Amino acid sequence: MNLKLKIWRQANAEAKGKTITYSISDISPDMSFLEMMDMHNEQLIQQGEDPVAFDHDCREGICGMCSMFINGEAHGPDRLVTTCQLHMRKFKDGDTITIEPFRANAFPVIKDLAVDRSAFDRIQQAGGFVSVNTSGNTQDANAIPIDKHDADKAFDAATCIGCGACVASCKNASAMLFVSAKVSQYALLPQGKVEATDRVLNMVNQMDEEGFGNCTNTGACEVECPKGISLENIARMNRAYLTASLKG
Amino acid sequence: MITTTIARKLAMALSGLFLILFLGQHFTINMTSVFSEKTFNFLSHFMGNNLVVQFILQPLLILGVVFHFVMGFVLEIKNTRSRSVKYQSYKGSANASWVSRNMIISGIVVLSFLGLHFYDFWVPEINYKYIEFLPQDPDRYYGELVHKFHSPFRVAIYALSFVFLSLHLFHGFSSSFQSMGLNNKYTRGIKLFTVAFSLVIPAGFIFIAIFHHQNG
Ligand code: HEM
Ligand code: SF4
Ligand code: FES
Repeated sequence: MNLKLKIWRQANAEAKGKTITYSISDISPDMSFLEMMDMHNEQLIQQGEDPVAFDHDCREGICGMCSMFINGEAHGPDRLVTTCQLHMRKFKDGDTITIEPFRANAFPVIKDLAVDRSAFDRIQQAGGFVSVNTSGNTQDANAIPIDKHDADKAFDAATCIGCGACVASCKNASAMLFVSAKVSQYALLPQGKVEATDRVLNMVNQMDEEGFGNCTNTGACEVECPKGISLENIARMNRAYLTASLKG
Repeated sequence: MITTTIARKLAMALSGLFLILFLGQHFTINMTSVFSEKTFNFLSHFMGNNLVVQFILQPLLILGVVFHFVMGFVLEIKNTRSRSVKYQSYKGSANASWVSRNMIISGIVVLSFLGLHFYDFWVPEINYKYIEFLPQDPDRYYGELVHKFHSPFRVAIYALSFVFLSLHLFHGFSSSFQSMGLNNKYTRGIKLFTVAFSLVIPAGFIFIAIFHHQNG
């Protein structure tokens, strides 16, 4: 396959970036999108140019690092996949592919396609944990019976990999899907109930402080989420937040 | 409390649902004009002269409308500011419906309509009752209504506005339940009801306008 790539290039956080168009040839349809990007970078290096910076780590859809906005969608046109799981067979010979960083004021660009998603870490630190005594007499989690429905829903929420595709896709740059998944994965379990009130209040406040937008229920996040996190989690968080606010 | 994003969503949902309640009531009264001039005049006279309606419900309604659209603009501004550098390519239609992404547009059309509607009915009404203190005439309402729908241009504007109201409700109604934290086995039912409501009510309003245009 021969392709045209329109890639966002930005030297650093302060620099004014711009889109640069490159041509690339001999791409196999079996390559992953990141392998295609690697090949492109090797060519750039051979030509003495600066390779395109992009985030990646596991390359198997579990770390959430591979943020890229491809042809107008987070992680490209395929559903329920990350960029590393996207294959070049989803494109046609001669296509022009636009590749941009995830855009949100809360996710500033570090360089080229790499963005700073530490806002998510700070939201987690604000309450995305359970305080467990780890001094050696920790209770076995399986000793506490848990309703199967709740356990399943908590597990589904816990599959969120913190990739940020929800923020990138949302027209409002809202982080509600991520935060609601992180609230729900604890809220549904007995271990998480103890700190439930403070957790939801603190995490939502941190989310707002980071400058994410205001959810308007468009549902774009759910469609683009590589892990299929459901909007039900957002409703659960709204509910939890409102009842927690009443407690004060 | 209205400073956090979730509180703002709840405020939007509650004020929106309040307006929907009012819409249902307004629709019911208007519909009587198709069947019975007498009933319509009776109800209009009651609404126009009952002290509770005039001095408690009416101000509450105006407050509700103003609150809702001011909040709508606040949301819109906050949200555009959350992504200062725009995408070069953004495929919004790939993952969300047009109506859900353009509530501000359907909202602004409805707002402009409300302006016209105020000018058409509310201003003359206030003028009649509280400025010129014209004598009570419990039978004048039907005639005033029919008179307004003489102009085909006005009927067209009314019809177009209700199409946008339909779009607004198509997303807004079920969305407000999600905002209030309700997403469960009833959600499918709420979505079905939303579709029916957002089609039937605006279509009914359009029907009333055309009916009086034809028969007036
Ligand atoms: C009779 C008139 C109106 C009714 C019945 C109505 C109803 C609603 C409802 C039920 C919602 C959903 C709230 C939620 O998702 O939580 C909503 C949202 C919204 N409305 Fe209205 N509305 C009306 C007029 C207006 C006007 C005049 C504007 C002016 C700009 C407006 C702008 C908005 C905006 C921006 C949203 C937010 C989108 C969202 O959160 O989904 N609306 N409306
Ligand atoms: S909710 Fe989905 S899209 Fe958002 S961070 Fe988690 S895995 Fe990514
Ligand atoms: S590189 Fe880990 S999810 Fe894509």
